[in-house]
Amino acid sequence: MIALLHRDLMLAFRAGGGFGLGLAFFLIVTVLVPFSVGPQSELLSTIAPGVLWLGALLACLLSLDRLLALDFEDGTLDLLATAPLPLEAALSIKALSHWLTTGLPLVLAAPVLGLMLNLAPDGYLWLIASLALGTPALSVIGAFGAALTVGIKRGGLLMSLLVLPLYVPTLIFGAEAARRGAMGLDGTTPLILLAGITLGTIALMPFASAAVLRMTLR
Amino acid sequence: MTLCIHDLAVARGGVPVLSGVSFEIAPGAALILRGPNGAGKTTLLRTIAGLQPALSGQIDGADETIAYAGHADGLKAMLSVTENLTFWAQVFGNSDIEPALAAYQLDPLRDRLAGTLSAGQKRRLGLARLMVTGRPVWVLDEPTVSLDADAVAMFASAVTAHLRAGGMALIATHIDLGLNAATFDVAPYRAKADQRSGASDEAFL
Repeated sequence: MIALLHRDLMLAFRAGGGFGLGLAFFLIVTVLVPFSVGPQSELLSTIAPGVLWLGALLACLLSLDRLLALDFEDGTLDLLATAPLPLEAALSIKALSHWLTTGLPLVLAAPVLGLMLNLAPDGYLWLIASLALGTPALSVIGAFGAALTVGIKRGGLLMSLLVLPLYVPTLIFGAEAARRGAMGLDGTTPLILLAGITLGTIALMPFASAAVLRMTLR
Repeated sequence: MTLCIHDLAVARGGVPVLSGVSFEIAPGAALILRGPNGAGKTTLLRTIAGLQPALSGQIDGADETIAYAGHADGLKAMLSVTENLTFWAQVFGNSDIEPALAAYQLDPLRDRLAGTLSAGQKRRLGLARLMVTGRPVWVLDEPTVSLDADAVAMFASAVTAHLRAGGMALIATHIDLGLNAATFDVAPYRAKADQRSGASDEAFL
């Protein structure tokens, strides 16, 4: 398992590995929002939590079709399926490496970009907490979507359509926690629900992903 | 332990291609699979390797014993030869890749990125992967594609050494490897038309 994680991380950081793709997209979205809505700091600080969450979610989505497609094309998935490592574990590791190369950088970049969107000072801690708790769910659900569409040529659009509805609860509770925090309210309740979603998906999704992957590999 | 195939029927894309396939491979023996293009050799091998379910029949002795090598080598272009091989060794719980590098004369290439290798060199690396799995049954689909005569000889001697150590091999190929092995022609086992109904993939969901 560690070998697979090590290999995936190494591949992500080598040339053409796709590390930074999500981060760059996140950066672009949040930099362009102040230009498009105009220099009204009141309005910006109202929409900041939502924009940051939406940007993070779309950045995650953008890098999903690389998650399994590359391994499928060069035959690695076939060989992994016959290896002693259970497919469930392999997919969990792939989701983990996706989170480490996409989700974690987003969490770390969010406070800096919050500054550009005039996020209220109270909101930073809530924003980081909600992103740190929510982005693992995005990666795990994304691995399921990638497994569903892996055999399909240019299945990126189909995957987005399948995955986006599954992302909605995470987005609602994540953005709600960040919004309440920014308004100086207590965001504990949505944060707990968000943590519940994340833990539930981490526990159950790998089994669903492995089941659909076995079907698509056929 | 023998690999025992009994009355196996396999399907590709919901259409049965082979039925009534039975054979046995004893330790130290190899079986060469022959048949025209589209006869179902790949489908049979993928079924035996556990990548797709059989329509009917039994496969005994294939549990956690098979090292499969298909048309694709599972190599990462941005990893070096040793990194690729070490990864697969670790996945299968081994660590020593030197014998595999030596058997396919990959030593001079060990620090090259797999993406910069020629097709034949990639294939040699893909075949070297079999040796680091430590699995007793090699299931190989057209292993000699893009290999030159020297590399085919390397492959044949690697298979011979594997068999001498008590391993087994099931190889689909069109060329003569010079192995002392039985051949199995799949052509007579073509599935009959009446078996083609009710065999959709949904039956296995």
